Amino acid sequence: MADNIINVSKVWKEYGDAVVLERLNLDVKEGEFCTIVGASGCGKTTFLRMLLGEEIPSRGNILLEDSPLPEEPTHDRGIVFQRYSVFPHLTVLQNVILGLEFTQSKFTGFLFGKAKRIAVNEAKEMIAAVGLSDARNKLPSALSGGMQQRLAIAQSLIKKPKILLLDEPFGALDPGIRADMHELILSLWDQTGTTVFMVTHDLKEGFSLGTRLLVFDKVRHDPQSPDRYGASITYDIPLGMTDEKILNKIKSTTGTD
Amino acid sequence: MKRLVNIQPGKGWRIILGLLPFILVLVIYLFASNARLVVNPNDKLLPSFGSFGEAIERMAIKEDRRTGKILLWTDTKASLQRLGMGIGISALIGLFFGILNGLIPVIRANLSPFISVLSMIPPLAILPILFIVFGLGELSKVVLIVFGIAPFVMRELQQRVQEIPKEQLIKAQTLGASTWQIMIRIILPQILPRLIDALRLSLGAAWLFLIAAEAIAATDGLGYRIFLVRRYLAMDVILPYVAWITFLAFLMDYGLRALSRFAFPWFEKETSGS
Repeated sequence: MADNIINVSKVWKEYGDAVVLERLNLDVKEGEFCTIVGASGCGKTTFLRMLLGEEIPSRGNILLEDSPLPEEPTHDRGIVFQRYSVFPHLTVLQNVILGLEFTQSKFTGFLFGKAKRIAVNEAKEMIAAVGLSDARNKLPSALSGGMQQRLAIAQSLIKKPKILLLDEPFGALDPGIRADMHELILSLWDQTGTTVFMVTHDLKEGFSLGTRLLVFDKVRHDPQSPDRYGASITYDIPLGMTDEKILNKIKSTTGTD
Repeated sequence: MKRLVNIQPGKGWRIILGLLPFILVLVIYLFASNARLVVNPNDKLLPSFGSFGEAIERMAIKEDRRTGKILLWTDTKASLQRLGMGIGISALIGLFFGILNGLIPVIRANLSPFISVLSMIPPLAILPILFIVFGLGELSKVVLIVFGIAPFVMRELQQRVQEIPKEQLIKAQTLGASTWQIMIRIILPQILPRLIDALRLSLGAAWLFLIAAEAIAATDGLGYRIFLVRRYLAMDVILPYVAWITFLAFLMDYGLRALSRFAFPWFEKETSGS
C-alpha cells in the first residue's frame, strides 16, 4: 500500500439519477504517468476533477498517500486545463512566481527584497526549463496557445506537486506544436519524477505518452435509459504492451480516434 | 455597386460625416434665432451668438457683483466636488461588495437579493427622505448620487467577478492560495479595469442625480444655476452651461478610458483579443 500514491476504491459518481462513474478501482504508484482516454461524456474529466478535489465521489473513497484526499484543491495537486490556466493580468515571470508568493507571503501575497530575489531566480529556472526565457516579461495575451500551456505547466511545477493533473492540455494545439509539447512534458516528468494523470481525447497521444493507459468506458448498457449505468476502467495497459491490435480494439469499443 | 453594408467611408469622409450633424444643428439654430430676432430684438428664447458671448463673459470671466466670485467656476467646483465624492464612494462600495458577492457564495446568498431590491428603488423617490435625514447640505446630494449608482456598480462587478473563469480560481488554489490571497492577487487586479468601465457607464446617471438634487435645494452648482436663471428665461446662460456640463461629462469619460488604457494594458489586449 505504502508505495501507492493514489488509491481509488469502489468510487461512484452520480448526478441525481445519472450515473457517471461506477465501481472505480485504481492503484497508482509514485512516478507513474497515466493517460486517460475514453469517449466524450464517459467521465474521464469527472475522474480528474475528483482527483483535483473539485468534485467529491458520491460513494467510495480516494486516498492520497494513504490519507483521504482533501475535498478542495490544494497545493499538492497541480492542474493544467485546456484553457484559462494562466492569469491574464500577470507577465510570464509573475505568473510563475505567484505560486511561491502564495506560500511565503500569507497577508500581502507579494514578496519583497531577498525573498523576492530568491523566488525570481527559482522562477527563472523553471521558465527556462519550459523554454520561455525569451518571453519572460510578456503578458499571456502575447503568447501563442502552445506557449501559454508551457507557462501553465511551469506555473504548476514550481510548487513541486505530488500529482500533476492535465485536462486535455494539448487539445487546442496544432499537431506540430503538440509533438513538441509531448517531448517537453516527458522530459519534465523524467526530471521531476512527479506522478502525472493526463486526460486526452486523442487515443494516439494516450498510446505514445506515459507508462500506463487507462480507458474509461461503460461496461453495461441500458438502451432505454442511457444514464442508468456509469463508466468504469475497461482497459488498464502498461506502456510497451500497446500495439496496433489493442489500439483498433479500443477504437471500436469506445468510438474514439 | 457594392452592398451598403460593405461600403467603408475613408478617413476624410468619416470626419466630414461625423461633423455634419453638429454643423447642421448650428446652422438651423442661427437661421431660427435670426428669424426671431428680426421680428422681436428682445426675444429671449433663441439668443444670438453675441448675447452668448456677453453671458459667458458675465458668468465665466467677470466677478459677480453680489458675491465677488466668478460664478461659473464656483458652480463647477461645487458640482464636481459632489460628483467626485459620490462617484468615489460608489466605486469603493461597489468594489467591496462586488468582489465579496461575486467570489464568496455564502455572502452572495446573504446580500445579493437585498442589493437587487435596493437597486429597484427609484433614487429620486427617496430624495425627500435624504433631505429629511441628512439635511439640505452637501451630504444629501452625495448620498443621492451614491444611492443612484452604487447598487448598479455592485451588481455589475459581482457579475464580472463571476465571469472570471472558474479554472483560474481552481488553479490559484492548486498554487496554495487562500481566499484572501485569491481576492487580492487574482480578483482585485482583474476587476479594477472593469470597475472603470462600470463607472463610465454610470456617469450619465450620476450627473442626472446631481443636477436633480441641485435643482431642488442648493446655493451653488451647475444644476442650481440653470434652474435659477430659468426664472428669467435666460437661455443665453442656460445653453452655454449645458454645453459646459456636456463637455465636463465628455472629459470625465475620456479620462477614465485613458486611465484604463494606461494602468491596465493587459485588459485592452485581453478584451480585444477574445
